[in-house]
Amino acid sequence: MTAFEPPMGLIVELTHRCPLQCPYCSNPLALERAGGELTTAEWQSVFSEAAKIGVLQLHFTGGEPTARRDLPDLVRHAAGVGLYTNIITSGVQLDDRLMAALMDAGIDHIQLSFQDVDPDNADRIAGYRGAHARKLAAAARIRSAGLPLTVNFVVHRQNIANVPRMIALAEGLGAARTEIAQVQYYGWGFKNRAALLPSRAELDQTTATVEAARARLKGRMVIDYVIPDYYARRPKSCMGGWARRFINISPSGKAMPCHAAETLPGFVFPSVRDTSLAAIWQSDPAFLRFRGTDWMPEPCQSCDRREIDWGGCRCQAFALTGDAARTDPACDLAPDHALMQLAVAERGETPADFVYRRFGANDAETPIGETVP
Amino acid sequence: MTMTLRDDTVPRFPPGVKFRFDAVRAAWVVLAPERLFLPDDQAVEILKLVDGARSLGAIADDLAARFAAPRDVIAADVAAMLGDLAEKGALAL
Repeated sequence: MTAFEPPMGLIVELTHRCPLQCPYCSNPLALERAGGELTTAEWQSVFSEAAKIGVLQLHFTGGEPTARRDLPDLVRHAAGVGLYTNIITSGVQLDDRLMAALMDAGIDHIQLSFQDVDPDNADRIAGYRGAHARKLAAAARIRSAGLPLTVNFVVHRQNIANVPRMIALAEGLGAARTEIAQVQYYGWGFKNRAALLPSRAELDQTTATVEAARARLKGRMVIDYVIPDYYARRPKSCMGGWARRFINISPSGKAMPCHAAETLPGFVFPSVRDTSLAAIWQSDPAFLRFRGTDWMPEPCQSCDRREIDWGGCRCQAFALTGDAARTDPACDLAPDHALMQLAVAERGETPADFVYRRFGANDAETPIGETVP
Repeated sequence: MTMTLRDDTVPRFPPGVKFRFDAVRAAWVVLAPERLFLPDDQAVEILKLVDGARSLGAIADDLAARFAAPRDVIAADVAAMLGDLAEKGALAL
């Protein structure tokens, strides 16, 4: 048997700790605690292994990756073994000292997230007073350090009217890339769906805004645009296909084909603490389960797009139908596509209250974010 | 398109973009902010000449001397390939 082509990217959730509490956080509802996190040396050994099996880009995320005080040491090691290093951050802890340490360590790129352009609404969504002002300062630091800047706006019904101002803000900050990314409805986003899902009319207006801005800014700023699956005709090629391009690692070292895969029942995901990345990528049953096209049901199996969208998203298929092996309901050819319209109908005239992303917020009343040790 | 490509335009890889050989794939790759490109053989020959000093014209001259194709055809290919990469944010012109 020939080896499967190597992974392109490694996504590492260094920690689930985060000072923000965004109600659409991509982390699982059951957040991992600080005590279980991989050590500095464990992460570094994973990065060395990743480079050896062909990973090209390393994405540091979380939680909030800067909550790990060893972040510069991790970046330095990754850059040293030849990986392209990218940090995905809220920026609220990115002060001059940390910025200098990251530059010294060889960081290649930083993506900075914003919750809105209106400071009060942005801070309300983040659940953190003063977050927006800190982010603006972080953007200036990134640019004056000479790094390219990507700004990411997570868009939903409680800020979607501001998309034109978001693009203007990104221009003003000197961003080379902007992501106008509608919430993806997994984990906390799924839990808060009625509070977040925009209307069809709002989405269409936003799409027109983005298309006009793309034409105007061509050659100066790239705009990546992600629409909510609930209004799509075809599913997204989630993660570029299950276990085809990426490995995602949780704070405690669990390796998964995507950050939401833990929601799927019946899976035992391998740990990098006791299995090599090479073995995980080539032969772990969880990685092989939905790789390629053999697992596909109809209508995917005979569809000429089966190697374009790879059947869409397994986690969404499970969240909506209870069966991870069904066609993603986002596809209008899927037998379960009507579920998407039902969800849209459920969103109601006024948005529901947020369930903020907190340790314990999903299972008990412990409304205090875990502190950084 | 807002960029005008002339013979004296000097392309370069901006900060955050790396063009390097990947030993695992035995292939050249362009690594950029949250995206990467696997250029074909012809693109690789062009990108190897992008050093922040050579102009588009100089790149076309170099390739025309080494490959059996008319210089104006090569110059058009170089401009098209690099213009496309610039539009994707992976090259500065």
